[in-house]
Amino acid sequence: MIDPLDKTPLRSIGESPLTPQLAMRVAMLGAIALVLFSIIFFKLWFLQVLTGDQAVREAANNRVRTVAVAAPRGAVLDRTGQTLVENRPASVMQLDPAQLPAETRAAAATWGQQMTTWARTPRSKRGPQPKVPEPSSAALKQRYAKLASVLGISTATINQRVVQQLAQLPYANVRVQVDVTTAVRNYLLERPGQFPGVSVDQIYVRRYPGGVGAAQLLGAVGQVSPEQLKADSFRGVISGAIVGQEGIERSYDRYLRGVDGTKSITIDAAGKLKGQRISRETRAGNSVRTSLDANLQRSGEAALASAMSGGGTAGAFVALDPRNGRVLALGSAPTYDPSLRAKPIASQADYERLFGEAAGAPLFNRAISGAYPTGSIFKPITALAALDRGVITADTTIDDPGVLTVGAQKFYNAGRQANGPVSLVRALQVSSDVFFYTLGRDANPLKGQIIQSWARKLGLDKATGIDLPGESSGTIPDRAWRGRQNAKELAWEKQTGKKCPPDCLYSDKRPWSVGDNIQLSVGQGDVQASPLQMAVAYSTIANGGTVVRPHLGLTIESETGRQLERIEAPPARRVVIDPRYQKSILEGLHQSTLGDGTSADVFSGWDQAKFPVYGKTGTAERPPRPDQSWYAAYVPSATKPIVIVATVEDGGFGAEAAAPAVCEMLATWFAQPSSCSAGTSRTR
Amino acid sequence: MSATTVIQRSGEDAKAEKALGLQLPFDLVLVLATVGLAVCSLLTIAAATETDIPGSPDYFVIRQLVYFIVGGGLAVFLWRTDYSRLRELKYFLYGLLIVSILTVIVFGSVARGSRRAVDLPLFSFQASELGKVLLVVSLSAFAIDMTRRMADSRTTVRLLLIGLAPAALVMLQPDLGSALVFVAITLAVLFIAGVPWQHFAAFGALAAVAIALSLAVLPAVGINVLHSYQKDRLTAFLHPSETSGSEGYQQNQSRIAIGSGEKTGRGSGATQTKYNFLPEHHTDFIFAVVGERWGFAGAALVLSLYALIIWRALRILTVAKNLYGALLAGGIVVMLMFQVFVNVGMTVGVMPITGIPLPLMSYGGSSLIATMLAVGLLQSIYAQGRRAAMSQGRVLQFQ
Repeated sequence: MIDPLDKTPLRSIGESPLTPQLAMRVAMLGAIALVLFSIIFFKLWFLQVLTGDQAVREAANNRVRTVAVAAPRGAVLDRTGQTLVENRPASVMQLDPAQLPAETRAAAATWGQQMTTWARTPRSKRGPQPKVPEPSSAALKQRYAKLASVLGISTATINQRVVQQLAQLPYANVRVQVDVTTAVRNYLLERPGQFPGVSVDQIYVRRYPGGVGAAQLLGAVGQVSPEQLKADSFRGVISGAIVGQEGIERSYDRYLRGVDGTKSITIDAAGKLKGQRISRETRAGNSVRTSLDANLQRSGEAALASAMSGGGTAGAFVALDPRNGRVLALGSAPTYDPSLRAKPIASQADYERLFGEAAGAPLFNRAISGAYPTGSIFKPITALAALDRGVITADTTIDDPGVLTVGAQKFYNAGRQANGPVSLVRALQVSSDVFFYTLGRDANPLKGQIIQSWARKLGLDKATGIDLPGESSGTIPDRAWRGRQNAKELAWEKQTGKKCPPDCLYSDKRPWSVGDNIQLSVGQGDVQASPLQMAVAYSTIANGGTVVRPHLGLTIESETGRQLERIEAPPARRVVIDPRYQKSILEGLHQSTLGDGTSADVFSGWDQAKFPVYGKTGTAERPPRPDQSWYAAYVPSATKPIVIVATVEDGGFGAEAAAPAVCEMLATWFAQPSSCSAGTSRTR
Repeated sequence: MSATTVIQRSGEDAKAEKALGLQLPFDLVLVLATVGLAVCSLLTIAAATETDIPGSPDYFVIRQLVYFIVGGGLAVFLWRTDYSRLRELKYFLYGLLIVSILTVIVFGSVARGSRRAVDLPLFSFQASELGKVLLVVSLSAFAIDMTRRMADSRTTVRLLLIGLAPAALVMLQPDLGSALVFVAITLAVLFIAGVPWQHFAAFGALAAVAIALSLAVLPAVGINVLHSYQKDRLTAFLHPSETSGSEGYQQNQSRIAIGSGEKTGRGSGATQTKYNFLPEHHTDFIFAVVGERWGFAGAALVLSLYALIIWRALRILTVAKNLYGALLAGGIVVMLMFQVFVNVGMTVGVMPITGIPLPLMSYGGSSLIATMLAVGLLQSIYAQGRRAAMSQGRVLQFQ
């Protein structure tokens, strides 16, 4: 035995175990090995040689992310170049929604839907506001708590901001805190592991130097919504970008927003930053120079505020250049500090407190979106229609006994005051209702509903085309309108099976009557117009027939102030106004600020020789509320003519609230000493 | 070396050596291929783990090098001993196999949902890795005892039970990959031992039924044989586009890594590895690192080294001095071949994810040392077979 350890029983010593059968099986193993290696080789060849370039691209996609770098937004300037809105850089602490649990995102979406339903339910019927869902897990709550202690805000506030922003824009970064200090920023950035999904980025927030107000006009910016992304006007804007959402910011967003740059950042599988480079430079937004006059705007805001001190609840003013429709000032009250909206609002309750209905809905721009009965400032339109059709001449005298009886109805002057025989000029001066009631009565049977058609010619009943979003078109009632209202009411009753309540928005199912026309002739009844529309109508009368298109934007300027583009706002149309009629009406308007005119006492200290005021008071009845005070004025000037319309809701008679506010603005505009006082006229 | 002194004892010896074409007492190609893979492994791990542990870029490389040295020492020891002695230890070795797996199941540390290793002071011991070699050695020994009754189906059943018992235990850990390796080893030993074709056919049919039961029928009545993650892996493999989960992700990232290596590799710009897109880049997916960093050239080189090992192992099978050696070699060949194919197949996307390491390449002491033991065994079979052939030649000369 050569190998004593070999105890193989089957084969003799030294015999090779390689039988033919085993050899065959070994060969088969070899063949299997060959096949398996071939499979791997072919697959490798396919992956690396044939389709390798594709994998190279996929690998690049893996690690390179393109993120937007917000371009600094352009500024908004007044007519002299004074800055109304500009940027300031701010550090914002953001939370990546992808790093939040799916349950949190789902809960936020549900809450958002509940809030929408809740907000749509009428105030009387809705229950308590849906509660903001708590953080979905203890771990998340802990994360919030840790952040909260660093940022110095409450955990609940963080949760609220996260939920609110997730509900609005599910995939955009959540802005937890704007203006974090450098210390906090460094603390957070040095501990990425402790604060997952947290980033601190530099953004630009809007700043409002000068304190001119004009909050509603300037508007606000906000993250682009998913619907907006689909719109043509937001082409090229990427998700999460900040765009203009209201006011000038919205209408000139295309120029203001600039072009966001992009940054290619290299990340690892855990999303950690490994490097970055700018792949497209940002292009700063251009500035918009507006026709606004910062001084006049400030003065208007202040005058309106003081006009409201006598019981007014809200109001608005518009000042136009009657030659071309340039908006010199435009404001709405109640108002707010626009810088409040540059940062996230802490809570829904805070939002309600600042911007809710209880706060007077300050976001609502009453100057362009308010639709009110205009009261007597409508009278020049009635006069123009009557003169044009020949219902009266400039010299026609109508006896005003204080009341006009039409059938069984009696229409009174304010306070049933009798003015005796009045001509047009006198009727405007003392605001005789009976004179205009008579015109309304006499115009009613005439073909073409002349008062309505003149109101429309002068720009009422449709949007003026101002370069601001959200303009209302108002209402000029006529036969067809009343027919439509009645049809609406009938349809509503048919659909719901209920009777339209007395405060039903539609009508009381009566046909058009002479009474409607009489109401319209003095700006009462169903007529509705915005202060802006009235300013356009007065401008048209003042300039002799050019229906101006009111506008704010003048030029687009580069960052350095170079003019890039002129914004043209050609007049909407021209109407033919006989200069004789224009003269009569203007004469009446001027007389109303003189002698025993309705606003004479307001302008008692005014230098009428230098700056003759053509004004008209208005007092709109809005039962059950107190009267709404109106005043419209035109002051001709070779260099700076101006039309101002102001209104004060619940402000009482026109001479009481609105007229002094207009007077103050005129004093500012013409650099005259303020000599305005509240008027005592009790006319409409 | 002392072994060579025996060979060079006389001029006749040297002549016989030449006649047989055997110059050395070990298989040089096998040694070179093994060392080549060890170098590849160290280079790849160095490249893949450079930034994994901040401050100690060599952490994994140094450990792997130590494992290679320890494994190499053990391999040399096995080469110098006669593998045939192991037959006598079959009960002890088989018992060790079963007990070690049970120990892991009971005391093992949980990693990613399964108990596969016992934490020892210096390293964590993965019983199923050493178990692969233990199974080859003990099952082959049992097969030798029954070799006369090989045509009897009861023999086949007995051997199958011996081989599949540890496989079933490993399944409990759960470690599907190792269990599959155990099954492959068992079938290989039976195959080389000469089990008739009909038995394999019957076993194949049974296995098909069992797979159908465990995948379709039993889950339908509420018994889940496969764990959900194992099913996910299968789904991810069969329908890669339908899964966005981690299983599909891993395989997709691996495919991207390998593909992006193109012909010659991305060198230090291998971002899939560097930025951790590639999971388990120094263990189960190390082949993808090779593919990304050194391209088709590197991947083909590594595969060729494996092909060399398989070729040499098959050749050693044929020169074994006895059937036990042949069985050992056969078991080892299939053990290596199966692991290489399943692992590389997984990284290139032709096999589902099973968690089988790439022998000699993947970082990990248990797998590495077990594979080095297998290589040592092969060398021992070679050396013994050579000595037997030489003495046979001497007998012939004396006749």
